[in-house]
Amino acid sequence: MGRKILFITTDQQRYDTLGCNGGTIARTPVVDGLAAHGVRYERAHPQSVVCMPSRSTMITGQHVSTHGVWMNGVPLPETAPSVAEVLQTAGYRTAIIGKPHFEPFLDPFARFPENGFAAKGTFGPHRGFEHFESATHGAAGPLHYARWLLATHPEAVGMYYPVLDGSLEVNAMGGGDTGAPQAWVNNIPKEWYHTDWVADRTISWLDSLADDDDWFCWMSFPDPHHPWDPPASEVGRIDWRDLPLPAGYIADQAERERVLDAKPRHYRAWYDGRLVSNYEAPLAWVPATLTADQVREVNALNAVECELIDEAIGRVLAAMRAKGWDDDVDIVFTTDHGELQGDFGLLFKGPYHVDGLMRLPLIWRPAPSSRPADAAGTIVTRPVGHLDLAPTFCSIAGVPVPQWMEGKPLPVDDLDADTRAFERVLTEWDSELFGVGVHLRTITRDGFVCTTYLPGTAHDGTEGELYDLNDDPLQRVNRWDDPAMAALRSDLVADLWDHQPPQQLPLRGVEAPV
Amino acid sequence: MYGTIRHEIRIHRSAADVWALAGDAARLCEWFPGIVSSETNGNQRTIVTGSGIPMPEEILVCDNTQRRFQYRLTLPVFTHHRGTIDVIDLHDDTCLVVYSTEADPRTMALVIGGGTAGALQELKRQMEGAR
Repeated sequence: MGRKILFITTDQQRYDTLGCNGGTIARTPVVDGLAAHGVRYERAHPQSVVCMPSRSTMITGQHVSTHGVWMNGVPLPETAPSVAEVLQTAGYRTAIIGKPHFEPFLDPFARFPENGFAAKGTFGPHRGFEHFESATHGAAGPLHYARWLLATHPEAVGMYYPVLDGSLEVNAMGGGDTGAPQAWVNNIPKEWYHTDWVADRTISWLDSLADDDDWFCWMSFPDPHHPWDPPASEVGRIDWRDLPLPAGYIADQAERERVLDAKPRHYRAWYDGRLVSNYEAPLAWVPATLTADQVREVNALNAVECELIDEAIGRVLAAMRAKGWDDDVDIVFTTDHGELQGDFGLLFKGPYHVDGLMRLPLIWRPAPSSRPADAAGTIVTRPVGHLDLAPTFCSIAGVPVPQWMEGKPLPVDDLDADTRAFERVLTEWDSELFGVGVHLRTITRDGFVCTTYLPGTAHDGTEGELYDLNDDPLQRVNRWDDPAMAALRSDLVADLWDHQPPQQLPLRGVEAPV
Repeated sequence: MYGTIRHEIRIHRSAADVWALAGDAARLCEWFPGIVSSETNGNQRTIVTGSGIPMPEEILVCDNTQRRFQYRLTLPVFTHHRGTIDVIDLHDDTCLVVYSTEADPRTMALVIGGGTAGALQELKRQMEGAR
């Protein structure tokens, strides 16, 4: 019998939403407790800041350019390598429960297996997962949660925020108290909400296992991704009126716009409503209209969703403890990417490689049986990435890391990180949607984050961003054109291209918007 | 908002052979993954998708000389739709098949366009495999 693995992901959760990372709004004692007894990473970055490419990196352990899911809407081939398959071959029982999103979700032709299981009343197998039980952000669509809600509580289906508008664009409709986009009063009972459903179904799957089974379970919560529509019964936990504005929000309009103007032009163009380069940013919403109160309300609703996730994780951990399994379970918690959540006056996400989207919560609580009984939490400050997750799972399972994985098992402290050369982390963005193309390559190294732009709709290929994370943690001063930084900039860009894998060409087709 | 998507593929088979299948409105379900049936009645065609959605269409053009087939989905969700299949003879016993989609709302252009890309791959597979 080996170590079991509970891999917990959320969707679009910022680093600073956890108490252990300095968050002060959401109460997250369960995840904080994992950090206190494990390893907390202070500089974990995704290889993409949108769902499908990022999740494809998690399952393959590969850079985006290698696995080829270069933007949302590009399916990960069924033949793509999968860490779940590696573990299954090694004898592990395997499951994914919650949001997968390796294949496009808008799929009227039902061409993608992910979207077909629920209609057939089946649960995989798929991509090495013997059990594949899916959910997304609401009650629409073909996934298991939506089918369950329709079958058991049809009156609740219409309570969720309508993610798409009548033109099938991502909805800009405002709600809540402030009219914030995608804020919504959802009268669904908490017990029927997808967060609790994911935990319930995870516990159910764990109940189906034998005590001596080795298992890998990916529990994938759809929240706190927008829409911000937690159960109305829970919204009173946090009164948005009591919240301070987040540090990343620049309240003074002139100062905010000055900061945006110092960044590559697609920042200001989006802010002004002239260029939308990501389908998931509502086309009809203009960031310049975002008010301080709307930022507060979004942060409050987001924090409620984070609390619900924390409590749901607590229920799953309690179920494991009741089985006497906890000592042998490694728990890894992270998210696929962040959320701008008011930074620079922006919401949602897009081709913006700043900490709001790139700095992620990542915690690894190794199986207590694998560590000294008095081992306390440690902190890793060196850069790590999602591509290190799959090798970590292999390492936990005692399985050789396959050649096709491009990461390394996560370090357990900075000394380990230095010994094994965790020096840099790379993040890519490519999008070509409705005539708008944006292409970024980013390196984070030595306390700097450096982004170079390739030619696209709004860029001629000379633009860039360079931030000193120590002196300027909010990334307000773009030093790309600072002569004093010229040598560093050249070094970082050269290092980026030295380590950036070549993009698989031709690019695979975009088969849906998301 | 209006969106357009275009996919094309070269098939190593004569334009006439490819057109015999691609230009036959009732046989769309044979080569379009995700369409489980395609029934015609005059200039009307109804397709049913893999998710069980019936989609009524109007056939606009079926030109055996130009080898062009055009149709439009008539579901109320569309302000505009036009699908165009062109089979272009390259005069070397191969042909180029172009499948274009225009739609308003634009999201549907992308969703349908994703299906047409798969359809062209399947058409090529069938036509080249049947040589």
